[in-house]
Amino acid sequence: MLSYLILVLLLLILAGFALGHRKALAVGATSDVRMHSLAGYHGWYVAALVGIPSFVLVLLWLLFQGPVVDWLLIGSLPKEGVDGLDKGQLDLLISQIKSVAAGNIFGDPDAVVLEAADRYNRWNTIADWALFVLAVAVALAGIALAQQRISARFRARNTVELVMSGLMIACSLIAILTTFGIVASLLYESLRFFDKVSVAEFLTGLNWEPQIPIREGQVTAGGAFGAIPVFAGTLLIALIAMVVATPIGLFAAVYLTEYASSKFRSVIKPLLEILAGIPTVVYGFFAVLTVAPAIRNIGQAMGFEIAPNSAFAAGAVMGIMLIPFISSLSDDAIASVPQSMRDGSYALGATKGETITKVLLPSALPGIMGGVLLAASRAIGETMIVVMAAGIIASLTFNPFEPVTTVTVQIMTLLTGDTEFDNPKTLAAFALGLVLFLSTLVLNIIALRIVQKYREQYE
Amino acid sequence: MSDAIAQAPGARTRENYWRTNAAKRRVRRRYAADRRLQYYGLGSIGLAIVLLGILFSSLIFSGYVAFFTTKIGLTIYLDPNVIDKANPGAANYRKMARNAFFTYFPEVTSPMERRQLGKSLSSGAPYVVRNYVIAHPEEIGDLVDIKVPLSDPFDQLSKGVIPREIDALSGDRVALFNVLKRRGVLHVENDKAYVKADVYINPGDVPEGDVEAADYQRMVDEAFRTFYMRAHSRAYEEILSQDVASAVKARVLADPALVGKTIQVNLPLSKHYDNLARTGEAKVLNPRFSSEKDLQWFDSLKKRGLLTTHFTWELFFNADSRFPELAGLSGALTGSFLALLVCFLLSFPIGIATAVYLEEFAPKTRWTDFIEVNINNLAAVPSVVFGLLGLAVFLNVFGLPRSVPLVGGMVLALMTLPTIIVATRAALKAVPPSIREGGYGVGASKHQVMLHHVLPLALPGILTGTIIGLAQALGETAPLLLIGMNAFIPSIENMGLLQPAMALPTQIFSWADSPERGFVSRTSAAILILLSFLIIMNAIAVYLRQRVERKW
Repeated sequence: MLSYLILVLLLLILAGFALGHRKALAVGATSDVRMHSLAGYHGWYVAALVGIPSFVLVLLWLLFQGPVVDWLLIGSLPKEGVDGLDKGQLDLLISQIKSVAAGNIFGDPDAVVLEAADRYNRWNTIADWALFVLAVAVALAGIALAQQRISARFRARNTVELVMSGLMIACSLIAILTTFGIVASLLYESLRFFDKVSVAEFLTGLNWEPQIPIREGQVTAGGAFGAIPVFAGTLLIALIAMVVATPIGLFAAVYLTEYASSKFRSVIKPLLEILAGIPTVVYGFFAVLTVAPAIRNIGQAMGFEIAPNSAFAAGAVMGIMLIPFISSLSDDAIASVPQSMRDGSYALGATKGETITKVLLPSALPGIMGGVLLAASRAIGETMIVVMAAGIIASLTFNPFEPVTTVTVQIMTLLTGDTEFDNPKTLAAFALGLVLFLSTLVLNIIALRIVQKYREQYE
Repeated sequence: MSDAIAQAPGARTRENYWRTNAAKRRVRRRYAADRRLQYYGLGSIGLAIVLLGILFSSLIFSGYVAFFTTKIGLTIYLDPNVIDKANPGAANYRKMARNAFFTYFPEVTSPMERRQLGKSLSSGAPYVVRNYVIAHPEEIGDLVDIKVPLSDPFDQLSKGVIPREIDALSGDRVALFNVLKRRGVLHVENDKAYVKADVYINPGDVPEGDVEAADYQRMVDEAFRTFYMRAHSRAYEEILSQDVASAVKARVLADPALVGKTIQVNLPLSKHYDNLARTGEAKVLNPRFSSEKDLQWFDSLKKRGLLTTHFTWELFFNADSRFPELAGLSGALTGSFLALLVCFLLSFPIGIATAVYLEEFAPKTRWTDFIEVNINNLAAVPSVVFGLLGLAVFLNVFGLPRSVPLVGGMVLALMTLPTIIVATRAALKAVPPSIREGGYGVGASKHQVMLHHVLPLALPGILTGTIIGLAQALGETAPLLLIGMNAFIPSIENMGLLQPAMALPTQIFSWADSPERGFVSRTSAAILILLSFLIIMNAIAVYLRQRVERKW
């Protein structure tokens, strides 16, 4: 139904353009004043008047059809059946009605349910048809209205350009809407979480056991939401990654900017960039397939036991992923140190190495620091490597050879599978997401500030 | 006076200062430091590239076997009495395939053995036969030859991925055993290995002098414990065979006067350690096979030349399956294609419009600054947060269905937008002002200059950025997992924008999680396919950048 509607609307837009174009040509041929705008602009004008209102209507309708029909459905259920049901049971009833309506009848549903499902289907059909008729009517009205306005004096080009500017502004608002959506959804669900678990417990508790009873009377662990072990695990893995990536990336950048011939550079740089382009799920599998067993074997040869999902394996692989990130940002920072500073240093008789360590690196330090901070924010937010290679159980340890868990791993484990949005287990993921978002945001802002400030210094 | 100082022996004169040995040493040291820095740099680059090489070679090494499948030809009579021509899908193809397979082994008749033998054939073999019949209904009533895959363990065995036998003892057990060996207490007599131990017949373990009821096991344990420093390890208990205590007991029963004395006893080793001591290795049948018979059957098939190796077209044309030898990527490829299509259709126009507005039209105000800061930050938001956004907003607030490519594409589009916007702005900036001024000069409006001149010239740069953004989106996993785009899709018939789907990276993730050995190579193969897509996309982007993009 919807695809037919969209097809019809697209055809109407096309027709609108053609009609507008033709009418403008006809008007231009008979009128004694020169047309203000080219015929094409008149066509675009009609098309815009057909397309924009009808598509906005369809979008809004689709957003509200579901909730409105649900609301009608709940209202139409017999009073005595609905009263006394709590929200969860009501949701269950509604989803049962919907699945019956979709034709998946399991067992022997109530007559009430069957009747409601029937009503639900009928209303949805009515709504679909109403939308179809309304949208086509709006589109046709647009054609009629726009056709009427076509005249020699009508400034179609200016109007179309205005509409275009409006559309462009609307598009640029999407970036803001996205940020707003992220903040709002994380905040909203987190606040619901903090209704059930206090902020203090979340931020300072030492015990993370989110597997809480989902059904009444189910016996599981108590459900503790102290996120310190999760944060500690995240920091541990990120630290290992940075310890691996920073020296390798930095030395590579120094060599590439200062020592390497341009030919060497042009071969090696893309090779390093490949590391940055590999999807993280591939790194995760690499960690499980190759790195973790290798580390385990090395540990065994040296006589101590290393967990197969140790923090070290995940961190080391994450470090490999971050090497090109650090090397290219440090590369930029070192390359943007003015040549005059190098020349000055050489003029004093310094060797290349001394120039690098005593002049270039200190002056490039802010830029390098910015790069390291950006890489750290990546390490904290990295998901697939740790989901595949790190642990799930939160344990408060700083031993890199023990399994630890991270914020992102917890988000993924809490949200895959059952996603009922009224228990703290699911909501905890959003609280963790909020912490993750805020911490990476702060790191990014600081890093970008440092990089920008430093750039201004030399420009 | 100053001359006198300058000419004093050893003084720092202009002529000889650089020639002193100390100065030369200093210079050498300084240049050594310089070289050291170079070596560190080269070493780091080398390490990074070696790691890249290890990554690729380990994937290729474990993945290439998945491109080949071992099959066996079955001659099946498509009995028209069994297969209904009107509804050919309903017949019992399992029985047909198995009976055809059993004709290779007429000697196997007992139901139990047949059940075991039947496990050599892929559990998906009946579907292969069924699909063949559905595709060729005219052959019902004929005798047809159909190649069906072997089951995963036999496929892996045939390709040499898994061994017939595996080590019976783990590495640390062998290490413990080697400690014994180094101490020289092992010796082999009459084709049997013993530990020569001094067992103290402890009167404390002989209750009231009753040698019959004495705890000989304990005495042996005590004696044995002296061989190890780390006696807390329980592994040593397995080394000795179960009946060591009775060997000692026999000695003491024969001569009760031994109580309180230390006697030398040959303690027999348990089975695997015995093998290890005599032959240097201890092997057991790979637990993937249920008995030696499995291997005999396999060898007989192989000797008769019935097994053939084929390129695994299934990997590309089959959808997901629970049987690794039949699992393919067509579902994942379709899902990824649909999601990327949505992603492209949304992010490409929106990204260009945003970039054009910010770069060419927007007045420089706090408001546009705010938009720019937003875009820069979005580029650095972790992907899992976008998944949370999709889950909370698209699924919960808008009520869109779970697991569908439409939602996946929308989330990916939000992630791709910053990349496209940044690339588009750079491409617009690169178009020289003379082009714009020329346009204005002949009376074009701002929008006309933009649409007719600047955008077409910037298009190669924009496309480069878009392709790179889409390549990133193709590899994204976490947000797709959060919106549930890892549904099990056994057939691609019903796939659509609003049907549950699977994407290539989420397929890799779920295969990587599967316990079957065959999925390891399938995962690597899927990764190789994903990487080749990414390489192709990036190559196109590089080509566009180098060839089509104009240098001003």
